[in-house]
Amino acid sequence: METTLIKSNFKSEEYFINMGPQHPATHGVLRLLLTIDGEIIKKVEPDLGYIHRSIEKMCERDSYQQIVHLTDRMDYLSSHINNEAVCLTVENALQLDIPDRVKVIRTILGELTRIASHTLWWGVMGMDVGALTTYFYGFRDREMINDIFEETCGARLTMNYNIPGGLMFDIHPNFVQRTKDFIKHFKTKLPEYDTLLTGNVIFQKRMKGVGILSKEDAISFGASGPVGRGSGYSCDVRKHHPYSAYDKVTFNEALKTEGDTFARYQVRIQEMWESMAIIEQLIDNIPEGDVQVATNAVIKLPKGEFYQKVETARGELGVYIISTGTKNPYRVKFRSPGFSNLSLLNHIAVGGKIGDLVASMATLDLVIPDIDR
Amino acid sequence: MSYFSDIYKGIKTLLTGMSVTGKYFLTSRKGAITQQYPDNRDTLKMFERFRGEVVMPHDENNEHQCTGCQKCELACPNGSIEIIWDRGIDEATGKKKKFIDRHIYHLGLCTMCGLCIEACPTDAIVWAQNYENSTYDRTQLTKVLNRPGSKVKAGIED
Repeated sequence: METTLIKSNFKSEEYFINMGPQHPATHGVLRLLLTIDGEIIKKVEPDLGYIHRSIEKMCERDSYQQIVHLTDRMDYLSSHINNEAVCLTVENALQLDIPDRVKVIRTILGELTRIASHTLWWGVMGMDVGALTTYFYGFRDREMINDIFEETCGARLTMNYNIPGGLMFDIHPNFVQRTKDFIKHFKTKLPEYDTLLTGNVIFQKRMKGVGILSKEDAISFGASGPVGRGSGYSCDVRKHHPYSAYDKVTFNEALKTEGDTFARYQVRIQEMWESMAIIEQLIDNIPEGDVQVATNAVIKLPKGEFYQKVETARGELGVYIISTGTKNPYRVKFRSPGFSNLSLLNHIAVGGKIGDLVASMATLDLVIPDIDR
Repeated sequence: MSYFSDIYKGIKTLLTGMSVTGKYFLTSRKGAITQQYPDNRDTLKMFERFRGEVVMPHDENNEHQCTGCQKCELACPNGSIEIIWDRGIDEATGKKKKFIDRHIYHLGLCTMCGLCIEACPTDAIVWAQNYENSTYDRTQLTKVLNRPGSKVKAGIED
């Protein structure tokens, strides 16, 4: 009699809790419906749409020059690469011959964007797992890149510097020197990241063996970017389908085979080194020439379907445009990396604790406006 | 045994990390990036390409360079620019000519994409570098860029 009573008192039961949409670890307005048993996660259901702005529909209204500035607002941490993706799609459709100068500048700015995005990710990821210092150090180094962007493009976050046919205007005379200064500065700071966080045993115990994603699952969930490469899936668009000036530079694709959160962390740290190497190869010999190819004031794409993919800081961004030959696109679809990477969150978080979910989510590097668009 | 060695390793790596933070603690003035914002207004200067708001420069004769071609209005993605124009007689040639009555700019709608300035054939509108655009009333964000009584500079054609 007594034993049955005790058993019923301690009966475990599954229950729901909401994580978000105002939770600091979701980095935006993402709501996760957690089904948990004690602290063991049974199911994670992302609930999207809190910051949906119908960017794809707005693109159908706009001309091809105007689409570019909307893509700034998708993945705002790699806005420059988003701009480039749309411009490349339009340029390929028009079969424009883009000057080498434009290609090289786009590549340098793209890699600077990647470093800026990864330093911010490193800062907030440290904060998610309980190390507040990283937040300030990450932002300190990102500030220098933001200054470079502000001086050349005129804005710090939503640059809109690319236009179909080239760049809006030439780079600032200080651009080369500032970029060199940054590389010199960051080469001394990136080892500090390792000293501060990577080598820390407490941090490693928190990250290793958590959120394991196998290579097969990474491919079947459509993972891309550092998430896919952390699982040993070689998916770098820059390497496999080079665009802009990536075919002129040599760099290594950062690959890890463990597939846990620590592997994804190491891939991103490695990518910052590779990005610096790419910039160093290009910064000293930016070719002379025009920064724009003359296009019609009203760009009309030929009838057909056009696709271009680029590697943003989060993974593979695809731009798919259907044109009926008018000045507006018939349909624009963005294949955003964050959406596919979020889809595997349930797979890697089930069976872990809530703290592990936060660590896994931090290394997915989610940007919510990119997921909702 | 590994329990105690883990504690030892944890403290050791913590101290390794604190060697970095300690270094900045002692030399923080060098690496500080914080700006004392409202107090440094006099010295704070934005970059020359900074996109603060769109303005229309006028010269000493109260003349601007806008011909009223409406290319900026067409280029704007979200209708931030409205041009109210009219036709009048050009004094020099005696022909009918388009001129602007009011060049209305909605700063509250503007996304600072720069397409209007890129589209302007006569460089009539440029970026200003002011960054304190908050107001208590949103109607103050609707601005008329051309000054009252101003006219287009002679010889400006688009």
